[in-house]
Amino acid sequence: MKLSEIIEILKAQVICDSDLSLDYEIKTACGSDMMSDALAFVKDQGMLLTGLLNPQSVRTAEMLDMKCIAFVRGKIPGDEIIKLAKDRGIALLSTKYRMFTACGRLYSKGLGGGCDEE
Amino acid sequence: MQPIIKTYVIPGDDFTHAGEASGKVKAMLKQLGYDSDAVRRIAIAMYEAEINMVIHADGGKATVEIHPDRVELTLQDSGPGIEDVELAMQEGYSTAPDEVRALGFGAGMGLPNIKKYTDDMKIESIVGTGTKIYMLVKAGKTS
Ligand SMILES: Nc1ncnc2c1ncn2[C@@H]1O[C@H](COP(=O)(O)OP(=O)(O)OP(=O)(O)O)[C@@H](O)[C@H]1O
Ligand SMILES: [Mg+2]
Repeated sequence: MKLSEIIEILKAQVICDSDLSLDYEIKTACGSDMMSDALAFVKDQGMLLTGLLNPQSVRTAEMLDMKCIAFVRGKIPGDEIIKLAKDRGIALLSTKYRMFTACGRLYSKGLGGGCDEE
Repeated sequence: MQPIIKTYVIPGDDFTHAGEASGKVKAMLKQLGYDSDAVRRIAIAMYEAEINMVIHADGGKATVEIHPDRVELTLQDSGPGIEDVELAMQEGYSTAPDEVRALGFGAGMGLPNIKKYTDDMKIESIVGTGTKIYMLVKAGKTS
């Protein structure tokens, strides 16, 4: 699923695109507020949905080679987080949807979780 | 061939910058041309151990040895130590207080993740003295 589609499905505000192309293909997603839960998940070209608004959400994405984070429940990150994300080439989105709804919308449009059980 | 050896001081009172050392190691390994899957596993394992040192042990020291066929990491702290290492290794086991959970940690997944992503790990911990965690990941250069 292209980044542009994700933005549309989540009706997301782009906080910073960090030079990521709107055509960037995202293959799987992971939703969690607990970073070690997210770190248990490794799939190429994944994205993170989270309500966690501190620099560690960006670091977690960095370690996982994720290029996009969507903050749920309308959360807007502060300058420090934005700077870190720009530096690492990670796009930041903010969506008004709550975690369950945000994940459900993406899933129903075909974005998978990348787990073996699916 | 001589390994490249790097050491990092991990400050214990700085949650915001926790993970910086792991980010640096990741960037360096990438630059050196190590296989991206191995680099990711090394970065995640070191990041988990680095965060643990910050949230459970007031910081410490990280040493990274980069060999042509593997990367070895040792993270050592002078924190409270782990009473029952076998228990701490179980998924979901955490002593993190609510403040730490609010920061996104305390799922009890860090040590299990390290086990999953490394080829070898050892924990030596003495209550009241500190914890030393050793990790090895086999890694080679792609080019
Ligand atoms: N460096 C350390 N010093 C003291 N105790 C530690 C250290 N590392 C881990 N522990 C203990 O082991 C437990 C399990 O660690 P683990 O990393 O698996 O989970 P966590 O840090 O509590 O949560 P998560 O990693 O999911 O955010 C911790 O809750 C803590 O009690
Ligand atoms: Mg941990």
